[in-house]
Amino acid sequence: MNWTWFHKLGSPKWFYEISGRWLPWFAVAAVLLLGVGLVWGLAFAPPDYQQGNSFRIIYIHVPVAFLAQSCYVLLAVAGAIGLVWRMKLADIALQCAAPIGAWMTFVALVTGAIWGKPTWGTWWVWDARLTSMLILLFLYFGIIALGQAIANRDSAAKACAVLAIVGVVNIPIIKYSVEWWNSLHQPATFTLTEKPAMPMEMWLPMLVMVLGIYCFFAAVLLLRMRLEVLRREARSNWAKSEIKALLGAP
Amino acid sequence: MNPVRKRRLFIVLAILAGVGAAVALALSALQQNINLFYTPSQIAAGEAPEGARIRAGGLVEKGSLQRDATSLAATFRVTDGVATVTVRYQGILPDLFREGQGIVALGRVDAGGMLQADEVLAKHDENYMPPEVSQALEKSGMLKHYENGKPGGAQ
Repeated sequence: MNWTWFHKLGSPKWFYEISGRWLPWFAVAAVLLLGVGLVWGLAFAPPDYQQGNSFRIIYIHVPVAFLAQSCYVLLAVAGAIGLVWRMKLADIALQCAAPIGAWMTFVALVTGAIWGKPTWGTWWVWDARLTSMLILLFLYFGIIALGQAIANRDSAAKACAVLAIVGVVNIPIIKYSVEWWNSLHQPATFTLTEKPAMPMEMWLPMLVMVLGIYCFFAAVLLLRMRLEVLRREARSNWAKSEIKALLGAP
Repeated sequence: MNPVRKRRLFIVLAILAGVGAAVALALSALQQNINLFYTPSQIAAGEAPEGARIRAGGLVEKGSLQRDATSLAATFRVTDGVATVTVRYQGILPDLFREGQGIVALGRVDAGGMLQADEVLAKHDENYMPPEVSQALEKSGMLKHYENGKPGGAQ
């Protein structure tokens, strides 16, 4: 296998150039997919036989919760790459992705509470799925706080990477919490490996929303990373000329 | 991969394995405490602590719901197909509460073996379908088959 692309990632300049080319595509795809998915899911998909229209919040809750967990896996992978290969870009990715993941976890918890009140009869219950998701939110907070608290960039990167790797143990716990223990939360509806537990006309808008939210994540992450790359490389010649071009200075 | 990176990679994997093992041990030690509720069989077998506030979870038995004519009090039986436990509750039941629905009731088991609940939560499964589909399934008698055909469908 050819690993040159992987080693090229070590070069911030190369990343800056390539990400500039990808960014518009992700942004356009995110807007299109999220727009189509939201209208389709919230207005045109059929209501549920038990929950009626209140089940429609699933079209926001599930994609966001999906992304919250994937984002944490990304942090752990970036952390491992940062620790093993000492790649500058890995730390940038980790620091830039953490706040996005924290927001996604927060939105998943809030939409879950809003959904839980009418259907379960409670905003919050300390069952395994809800609690492990709350722990995920605190892990994100921990990584963000650790990254901000240590002034030396290299030590901060190392500490955050270790925390990200240790915390990834929580991800399988979240995923299997509804199967290992009796919980109020129902098992997964949307899986890529099994036959979906809903008919096509309900499942397709969900698929569109999940793809859309991943494109949204990619676009926001690249945007944040590009800014961070420019900030950290501000003293290099290519970054100086790039900033000059962006500002439109004479 | 050069030896330094290889060593670092092993350290990372060792950290992950160590933390994973520690968490797995802790969770298996806490196994029972993480369950949100006891099933009626567990209560019948005496696994649930007596006199303490517990949660009982299961299906509301068909034809067991009795509502008080003058108050919000309701009595119903919760079953897991093996054992049943009678639940008495006073208050507003959640929208999804109906006979055959999975619920979780929080309360104390009294001397008569009846659960005096102060909170009733409705549980729903991961299957969603449009009302027409569920009516058609019910008409053909396939709804039961459909629900039983899936793991967790009976919850």
